[in-house]
Amino acid sequence: MTPIQAKRRVQAKRRDGPARVAIVGAGVSGLGIGWRLAQAGVGVDVFERDRAGSGASDAAAGMLAAGVECEPGEEALLALTLLGRQLWPAFRDELEAASGLSVGYRDEGTLVVATTQDDARRLRFLTEFQQGLGLALDWLTGSEARRLEPHLKPGIAAAVFSAADHQVDNRLLVQALKLAFTRAGGRLHEGRAVTGLLAQGGRARGLQLGGESHEADAVVLAAGAWSRLLPGLPEADQPPVRPVKGQMLALAMDPARPLLERVLWAPGVYLVPRRDGRLLIGATVEEQGFDGSLTAGGLYALLEATRRVLPAIEDLAVAETWVGFRPTSRDDAPILGPGRLAGLWHATGHHRNGILLAPVTAAALSDAILGRPAMPALAGFGPERFAAPARPLEAAAGARP
Amino acid sequence: MSVTSMPTASGSGEDALHIAGEAFRSRLIAGSSLYPNQQVMLDAIAASGAELVTVSIRRMSLEGYEEGPLDLLGERYRLLPNTAGCETLRDALLTAELARESLETNWLKLELIGDRETLYPDVLQLVEATETLVKEGFVVLPYCNDDPVACLRLADAGAAAVMPLGSPIGSGMGLCNPYNIEIVCRQSPVPVILDAGIGTASDAARAMELGCAAVMLNTAIAKARDPVVMAGAMRDAVAAGRAARLAGRIPRLDHAEASSPRLGLIGS
Repeated sequence: MTPIQAKRRVQAKRRDGPARVAIVGAGVSGLGIGWRLAQAGVGVDVFERDRAGSGASDAAAGMLAAGVECEPGEEALLALTLLGRQLWPAFRDELEAASGLSVGYRDEGTLVVATTQDDARRLRFLTEFQQGLGLALDWLTGSEARRLEPHLKPGIAAAVFSAADHQVDNRLLVQALKLAFTRAGGRLHEGRAVTGLLAQGGRARGLQLGGESHEADAVVLAAGAWSRLLPGLPEADQPPVRPVKGQMLALAMDPARPLLERVLWAPGVYLVPRRDGRLLIGATVEEQGFDGSLTAGGLYALLEATRRVLPAIEDLAVAETWVGFRPTSRDDAPILGPGRLAGLWHATGHHRNGILLAPVTAAALSDAILGRPAMPALAGFGPERFAAPARPLEAAAGARP
Repeated sequence: MSVTSMPTASGSGEDALHIAGEAFRSRLIAGSSLYPNQQVMLDAIAASGAELVTVSIRRMSLEGYEEGPLDLLGERYRLLPNTAGCETLRDALLTAELARESLETNWLKLELIGDRETLYPDVLQLVEATETLVKEGFVVLPYCNDDPVACLRLADAGAAAVMPLGSPIGSGMGLCNPYNIEIVCRQSPVPVILDAGIGTASDAARAMELGCAAVMLNTAIAKARDPVVMAGAMRDAVAAGRAARLAGRIPRLDHAEASSPRLGLIGS
């Protein structure tokens, strides 16, 4: 520990914040929170059973699409995702300076295309809903869309351009957070599986790691789709989070002559072009638990939907295929805030918004743990929103003979 | 007064839906796909008043896991597994067996799609599959065309109810051929459940007015601008349509019929 870190730690203690925080999970949420806490002088240990980013963080596509992804029924989430989008440029600057690494942030915007008249009607319905929420979206003709992206197949029925929905390379983001976190004094323990939550006297006291125990004043649950499964978690603190499987693949474009400049959404698929020439194609949405298999139908659907709008992909080499598990809460919104058990904090349930919300998650949890005032946008996203009992079984059963 | 509290069958008390000897209070069967998220799904299905909820078992893990859709729905509703995604008799039979084993129900909404573009049912295979599944002990509710003869054949094959389409799945076009639906309702020896094509509440009410025993719908709620409010509208529409059917509509006339009496006026 450097003298400055030691001094900060003393200051942190003086403010009655916890001196030692243990975080379960080294994805972008856990590392981001850890980085912010370490910056504030807290002693932070992040435990990861595999390697940093090996869950949803590496599997994601890195879209920062608060606008085009907003759908009816999820209006409340928009305030949070817009905040994420707004915080991203400054977060990138600070993180790149702290780590010395680029996170591959690209700001060419996002294009959504419809290929049939039915698709165009659906897109119009969605766009009018999104514009009604104040989102800036431009309705384009097919030829206007093709002027933006000349490799698009003729026959685009309509398109929408969102100038403010960008992308970041999520795998670079993990590496940058890892460096920034450890440079700030945080300790990352990869390949260390947490085997239990330690609680005593009505509060979290640390983590069990096989035969060893690790004491802490606060514990952050940031284990993504696996967050419910931490042994020792009291039932009332098991977040309503499940894995939602996604299959993806990447094709290799010539970086000097990419087929696409912007993030592209087409019926049944999205495409994300990286600077290094990788073209990410995603993603299936499957309620299959932790089934990690790539399926013929999954890959076929993604490739077929891609070929319909970007026929030139046929010549590209397949660079990679993978499966990821979105940590999906019951209402698709993240669960950020204190648990029922004192000293336990939730940072999970981000569904498909973990990368977009990384700056928000890091700020929200570190502020809360340090006892700083909470950001207003966070109201309503704590674990307590699921506490009310849902419709009981008896009500449904009673309606039957 | 909400329409759901309107009197239903003429003084006979409860007007229950009977399928295969079981009675249901709600005449709306809800699907569980396409919702923005599971909370909206639970809230919308609760608002719809549905007791039976269909699940596409080929599209989800049958092992069941906490917070998974089967667990969330299974503890609240009676599940009606469907064979969505099946295109051959063999697929449908395998899927049916899987459903029976894992969900512990012998009820099945049988879907056998003959064409991926229109999602029209494959009637030839459907009749055969119904017959086979009934022999295997299933209670079969086939999704079928609005063809009165096909519906009769399915009933002959042992279907517990028939589920003719109003218009193509997910199209929201409503009832494209109400005359056929009415004939199916008049002729069918088993309950007729209108399935597919409902776009808005009046479509559901219309189906009930034509004599359907129930309405099955999914997209019209799940993809509405406000799914929970639309679910409530559908519940009321189904109840209103049913009540209107029981009450008996007036005949359609070609000319006006004054609603004030014309005899007994002063000076006549």
